[in-house]
Amino acid sequence: MKVLIIGAGIVGAACARSLARRGATVTVIDRGAPAGATSAAGEGNLLVSDKAPGAELDLARYSLGLWASLRTELAAETNGAFASFEYQPKGGVVAASGEAAAAALSRFAEAQRRAGVDARPLSVQEARALEPELAASITSAVHYPEDAQVQPAIATEALLASARAAGARVLAHTTLTGPLRDGAGRLVGVTTSNGPLEADAVLVAAGPWSGEVARTLGATLAVGPRKGLLLVTARMPQRIWHKVYDTSYVGAVQSDERDLATSTVVESTASGTVLIGSSRQDVGFDGTIDVAVLAEIARKAIALMPFLAEATVIRAYGGFRPFSRDHLPVIGADPDLDGLWYATGHEGAGIGLAPGTAELLAAAMLGEPTAMSLDPFAPGRPSLREVA
Amino acid sequence: MSEVVIIGAGPAGLAAALSASAFGARVVVLDAADDVGGQYWRHLPPERPSNHESLLHHGWATFQRMREALAADPNCTVVSSAHVWAIDRGAVHVLVGEADGSDRESRVYRPDALVLATGAFDRTLPVPGWDLPGVFTAGGAQALAKGERVAVGERVVVAGAGPFLLAVAASVVATGASVVGVYEASRATRLVRHWAARPWELAATPAKARELVGYAAVLVRHRIAYVAGHAVTAIEGRDRVESVTVSALDGSWRPIKGSERQLEADAVCLGHGFTPRLELAIAAGCRLSDRRFVEVDAEQRTSVASVFAAGEITGIGGVDLALAEGAIAGHVAAGGGIVDPALRVEVARRRVLRRFARRLARAHVIGENWATWLSDETIVCRCEDVSVADLAAARSATRSSGLRSLKLVSRAGLGPCQGRVCGRTVEALLSARAPEGRLGGASTDRRPIAMPIRLGELARDHEIEAGIPVKGQG
Repeated sequence: MKVLIIGAGIVGAACARSLARRGATVTVIDRGAPAGATSAAGEGNLLVSDKAPGAELDLARYSLGLWASLRTELAAETNGAFASFEYQPKGGVVAASGEAAAAALSRFAEAQRRAGVDARPLSVQEARALEPELAASITSAVHYPEDAQVQPAIATEALLASARAAGARVLAHTTLTGPLRDGAGRLVGVTTSNGPLEADAVLVAAGPWSGEVARTLGATLAVGPRKGLLLVTARMPQRIWHKVYDTSYVGAVQSDERDLATSTVVESTASGTVLIGSSRQDVGFDGTIDVAVLAEIARKAIALMPFLAEATVIRAYGGFRPFSRDHLPVIGADPDLDGLWYATGHEGAGIGLAPGTAELLAAAMLGEPTAMSLDPFAPGRPSLREVA
Repeated sequence: MSEVVIIGAGPAGLAAALSASAFGARVVVLDAADDVGGQYWRHLPPERPSNHESLLHHGWATFQRMREALAADPNCTVVSSAHVWAIDRGAVHVLVGEADGSDRESRVYRPDALVLATGAFDRTLPVPGWDLPGVFTAGGAQALAKGERVAVGERVVVAGAGPFLLAVAASVVATGASVVGVYEASRATRLVRHWAARPWELAATPAKARELVGYAAVLVRHRIAYVAGHAVTAIEGRDRVESVTVSALDGSWRPIKGSERQLEADAVCLGHGFTPRLELAIAAGCRLSDRRFVEVDAEQRTSVASVFAAGEITGIGGVDLALAEGAIAGHVAAGGGIVDPALRVEVARRRVLRRFARRLARAHVIGENWATWLSDETIVCRCEDVSVADLAAARSATRSSGLRSLKLVSRAGLGPCQGRVCGRTVEALLSARAPEGRLGGASTDRRPIAMPIRLGELARDHEIEAGIPVKGQG
């Protein structure tokens, strides 16, 4: 089976690897260079903590298990070229201030626990033992030992290198220009800036640009951009030991509001910097780094960990998350155009969900049984179509 | 009365301020240093005045005249120690105070017009051993000499490319150090071809010629050798610089085998031209040219209608061109027209000086094979300790031609200097070997946070705006 993948971000790279290792003939195209957009603009979150019970949480738990084994698999598959992609199973700590937030967090964690998540309620003293720098205003916290982190650009390149080792071809700087259809209207490939490419299946893994790509191919997909901004500090001696969030994280990820939302996540990276996020704005593909948004991120980070007020910020960067209306990824075949598939719409969770998405997609595309049902992620689901 | 904010108080910024004020605008000049003058007229702090500045600085009298005029001008306010850290949709965000002070004041300006005169910093190509103590950028050595009167060593080698090397050698000699030699990478034939072509143009820029002749005279007086077609291709020493290897270069700057000789030295100043400071122009939305300078029209207007640019960020051209461009930019930013009689002289000067700048650029262009003097162990990014071999490993593991991913994989350019020192070098080393011969992705010039800022400062309410004050009214 010949598969053409559009997009060399983490989802395209993971799908290329899963398909190529199953024997498919894989070509990945990207209009730029691999790992150059959304996959290079995030924290590298592998999270269960922010997910309510349901299909996305199930996918996250499946996918986090795959990440744990990828750590050794990718090193072997790339002959040691990617000995590390900074995988850190460091766990997360969600901290609440005030009674209302504490109660909401407690209810959320209880529901997650029933769904099988390791969510451990902490007293203030226990929370401070894990994260000594937490603000005095913290009233309760929950520890999520399963949360982890990778350096997403390196992880993407490692997946892609593994895919290449399994026979996949990666064509950078190759822009999609239109569909190739046969007499029956079936999609049998694409035309590109570097000529036509035939395929038995075309997979859209173009992140926030997936809606545009689908349109170019003659289909409709309600996936578009949500801007996010992040801050990076200078290297410092380590004072943050887990991924640490305030309780607005859950709220922002699951909100439908169009304006600015910020929720705080702070964490140290393997290189010694601290990442401070993050925001979420519905402003199309406007990449401006807004000072007011950075200020809001800074205020909330200081509220969570006051010592950060003295930390030196050396960089701000932004990117676009692939947003789907019902906050679920889109994985599977297009309901109308034969030959067209999707793996996209993961919003801020694409790094964590990529390996699971890829395994499910590859199995479904090749007619094998899938490890879990893809129905909740079906591109034709009604909750995705209710878009003006 | 229109309000004009000028960023940078070097030659271009000062000229823009005086000319905008002369046309009737109210002007604020924002500058990060603690006194005006920029890198070019960097001098001892006011509490340590010197009678010898005029000997160290070309055009010192011009500077004194401009500084006095500015101080006496009721419509001009100079804000020193003003660190512009972001430009967001026309709003200029500034922190005022010592760079490492804890009580810097936040200000936001929303002027009618903005003049960017942010200048350039000197570019240094890596050389094996360039991370040893005792190696200075040419600009750094000159700043120490001009701003602190500090000698970088006793036996100093100056090497790189461009007429700036002469200025650096002259400054170093003035601190009492001995300069072993000045090594210019461009070969004499190239220098002569471009310097001596159309001599009438050179004659039309007497100030520029006088400046260079002055530096050359210093070299002659101190018996300092000026050697073209040579480079420092390695720096040796255990804990600090002890010697340098100087090699003859071919026309592409590839060292010629067998030409190496070792010279004893305890300090090296390296400079290979200048890189424009583009981050604020990029943040303001200004389009860049293919050669990566800010694109301006005849009025010095950028692609953003209310934003003007003058001086080195529009092309490396030296002090006189910066003065002419600044005067034009300030006048038009204040509402004047390019055909106004007040600009006639400056427009004519700019034409001549730009030709001179093109001549310089061609004479001292970086040779395409300079990287052949690197070894695998040579550090490229000093902040993050990334070597030539590390960059090559990132490239071969990813086969990537994308700058963003290659930076994240290798960590080159991700440290505190944010690629200001190594950015262009990293791009050059990676693009020379990119599989498709091109490098995609963001450039190393893009820095939305234009200088480091404490999170506590970032957290303030940035809606508080600073009006442009009239002197005497606060």
